[in-house]
Amino acid sequence: MTILGFPPDLLVLQAFTGLALGAVYVLLAVGLSLIFGMLTVVNFAHGAFFMLGAYAGVFLLAAGGNFWVCLVGVPLLVGAVGLFVERFLVRRLYGRHIDDPLLLTFGLTYVFVELVRIGWGKQALPFDAPEILQGTVDIGIGYFPLYRLFVIGVTAAVLLGLWLFIERTRYGLIIRAGARDPTIVRVLGVDVGRVWLLVFGLGTGLAGLAGVLAAPLQGVSPEMGTTVLAEAFVVTVVGGMGSLVGGIVAGLLVGVTVAMSALLLPEMSKVAMFLLMAVVLLLRPQGLFGRAGLMS
Amino acid sequence: MQRRHILLGTAGLLAAPAILRAQGAGTIKVGFPVPLTGAYGAEAQDQVRAAEVAIREFNESGGLGGRMAELLVRDDRLNPGEAATRTLELVESDKVNFVVGGLSAAVQLAINNVTKQRGVIFNSISQSDAINERSDWSRTTFHEALNPHMTAGAVGRYAFSRLGKRVAFLTADYAYGHEMVRGFQRAGRAFGIETVADIRHPIGATDFSAFLPRLQALRPDVLFLCNFGRDLQIAVRQTTDFGLKRNTKLVAPLLLYTSRLAGGSAPFQGVIGGTSYYWKLEDSVPSAKRFNDRFRAQHGGRVPSDYGALGYGGVRTVLEAAKTAGTTETDKVVEAMRALRYDYYKGPQYYRGCDHQSVQSVLVVESKTTARDDVDVFDIVHTENPDEENLRSCSELGHG
Amino acid sequence: MRAVADWFFRHPVLGAGFFILILPFITPYTALAVMILVYGLYALGFNIMYGHVGLLSFGHSALLGGGAYACGIALVHLGLPWGACILAGTLAGTLIAFVMGALAVRTRGIYFAMVTLALSQVAYFGFYQAEPWTGGENGLRGVNLRTLGIPGLSLDFTTPAVRYTVIGLLVWGAVALLARILASPFGAAMLAVRENEARAKACGFDVRLVRLQAMTLSGAFCGLAGALLALHLSIVPIETLHYTTSGVAVMMAILGGSNTFFGPFVGAAVFLFLESVVSTRTEHWPLVVGVVFVLFILLARQGIWGTLVARLR
Repeated sequence: MTILGFPPDLLVLQAFTGLALGAVYVLLAVGLSLIFGMLTVVNFAHGAFFMLGAYAGVFLLAAGGNFWVCLVGVPLLVGAVGLFVERFLVRRLYGRHIDDPLLLTFGLTYVFVELVRIGWGKQALPFDAPEILQGTVDIGIGYFPLYRLFVIGVTAAVLLGLWLFIERTRYGLIIRAGARDPTIVRVLGVDVGRVWLLVFGLGTGLAGLAGVLAAPLQGVSPEMGTTVLAEAFVVTVVGGMGSLVGGIVAGLLVGVTVAMSALLLPEMSKVAMFLLMAVVLLLRPQGLFGRAGLMS
Repeated sequence: MQRRHILLGTAGLLAAPAILRAQGAGTIKVGFPVPLTGAYGAEAQDQVRAAEVAIREFNESGGLGGRMAELLVRDDRLNPGEAATRTLELVESDKVNFVVGGLSAAVQLAINNVTKQRGVIFNSISQSDAINERSDWSRTTFHEALNPHMTAGAVGRYAFSRLGKRVAFLTADYAYGHEMVRGFQRAGRAFGIETVADIRHPIGATDFSAFLPRLQALRPDVLFLCNFGRDLQIAVRQTTDFGLKRNTKLVAPLLLYTSRLAGGSAPFQGVIGGTSYYWKLEDSVPSAKRFNDRFRAQHGGRVPSDYGALGYGGVRTVLEAAKTAGTTETDKVVEAMRALRYDYYKGPQYYRGCDHQSVQSVLVVESKTTARDDVDVFDIVHTENPDEENLRSCSELGHG
Repeated sequence: MRAVADWFFRHPVLGAGFFILILPFITPYTALAVMILVYGLYALGFNIMYGHVGLLSFGHSALLGGGAYACGIALVHLGLPWGACILAGTLAGTLIAFVMGALAVRTRGIYFAMVTLALSQVAYFGFYQAEPWTGGENGLRGVNLRTLGIPGLSLDFTTPAVRYTVIGLLVWGAVALLARILASPFGAAMLAVRENEARAKACGFDVRLVRLQAMTLSGAFCGLAGALLALHLSIVPIETLHYTTSGVAVMMAILGGSNTFFGPFVGAAVFLFLESVVSTRTEHWPLVVGVVFVLFILLARQGIWGTLVARLR
């Protein structure tokens, strides 16, 4: 039996591949969305933070750490850079035109990429998954790389943690309130600036985590953030900027779209994503989940 | 009438600074646009190093009757528009005698379009089939590098006879990738190969997982990865991750030294590919030994990469030709280059008459398991000797 | 001093002419001076949307690239005379801008940037796939214009001085035209829309229509810049359509000052000059460009020209 000329097993495996691909998009998009939802800052440097994550991994490995140390250390390191950027650069632009932080982070991309080239050279570096995560496993419909399953697992765990944090903690409450109406929150005596700082660190930390997770998939290079930035924007815009649920759904949707078009219309696999975005925007300019509030 | 005078007057006025800047007619200037920034900065840097070796060698041997050579390096940023601007600068204000360089196919074609309009010799050290075709080629166009047809042919002939005849292609969807596939298909005809899949992926892809389940299911004997540089590194890594090596041999038409270093030992283990040069050639070829030694002496003991070696070959051929011609006059140097029979770093070579493609050997190498900083990463498993039969014919390219 | 400056700002067209006249004498090589002219026009065209209507577009590469390809295709495949090729480029830019605008003017702010970015990516892949016409990844080669037939005169376009003079005159004409348009009632309508959408609506302006008209106008100027770029370089690289080319327009406008008429042109000159000079000194020139840009965003949002205007007036 075949569907569209392919055995059904292959189609299912293909869709599953798409989900795995989407997992990295989701981490990026959630970070981007979180920052936009709270700060109304379009972080053009998100791809650069992703790249920094991979290099922070290289740095930690060289300093004697292992992959597991990286998983914890990288988000902290990259998040710290994010805190610095918010505190000393982005913060100065609040109250100015909405385009200004976007332009600032756009310029920062050049700076980060070039600093990494100075520090680690222009050549790409290899980055291997730990021994225990290498190889493939039989998932019933075919062989699948163990490491990609691991990436799906980490993404799911991070999302769960994030959900608990936002829904169940005091800070999460402030974040939700701050996204709705920062003025009221400030009137209630909450230091919104601190919340914004934290959210920027969190979002960039997630981008860093995505970077170190992607490193064993594609190696590490100074340019690795450039392509991923466009993809992350597509996901965020399709999902609706500022919506976490939107980021998750759209990330997986874009992953599956890319995977299925790669099978059916390989020449179109790269433009498929942008066509999807154009279609969604024409039908629903605010994105799939754009109107809904944060995490609702 | 009045208007025209003003127009010409302005033109003359504007030309003045350009004339004032033209200077130092004594030195021989070689323009060298390569992508120092961008994804192939490491390769470009090595091209510069090797070109410097050729320049110093020329100057130490007394130059052209005392005229010394000078290398004018420009960053083309891997962008054809920037390459065209920089080449205009080199030709119009620096008044270079020759241009050598290029790394990406699009960039070399851009440089060539500028030089051929202005009758300046350009020796390309980047791969592409198009530059030899009538519509792009000109009398001042030379191609020192291999082209996709040659590498794919040599690697194909090696692979089809030893590794199997059920083959699949994973190809970057642009001219260079298509040229590779065409080269393989042509070479495969004699072997009766069966193509089970010919999959195109967008250039600059960072994830190939969407193409791999299908290839996994097809179980070809050989998978040809017809892509370049970083695309190749990622493709090799991910096909390895998906366990394709269990049933399938991975073959890359062009396996760069720098790609292998960046990709790492484990993913590349056992991958076979073609290349124009590998430094270990020094064990069997004296000119390679001589070149490597000069390179090591001038650049702190490091060994040249394949693209680097091309930078040496490209610069040295134009300078040697100028020496033979006794002048830097374009027409005479072109004649001298056409007549060159040279062995500068990899064995005998010459430029074919109709399209100025350098006829040369192609190496087939296999990647071996190495320690992290080891520079000996390949075994040379086969050498295909220079033979015009392995090139596309002059009439096929549209020449006379 | 103040009087001189005042005269300069009051007569932007003559000022621009003076700038174009001295440019080749202060740039290190003529090809760079031509690039400044072309990108200056491109940045001015971009700034119609950003500076005058207040919409940030990240899709202007499609207008520059579309114009360049149309001009190149007209010359290479159709063999049209050079004037017709330039016209073809201008029209292509206008048309693409109209289509993009029709789809995008419904959105505002950040969404406008994102939608134009996505649409320009679609244009990129469209031109990429049309390989027989555009050369695909290899770009379009052979946009070779050698002799320039002007009635009663024939000029060698490959001569740097001729190339600069011809392109300079065309760019100057375009700058003069744009200055007139911006001084017209339509220019006032654009400002009204930028300053306060609701109020503009109340005054009877059709906000979306004004935006669409502005976008189309912007396309004409960017398309013209693209056509001139194609003729200057004699090739059309696919990178012209890449979204980083849109980013370049943004940086130029900001650097020069997006709130002034001539600022983006100055920004283009400084950007390209800096890039050219720094890149021959250090291969890490993007670091310098990035830091300078960030500093301008933080400390001198008025841009170079904007600050000068404010100081000297």
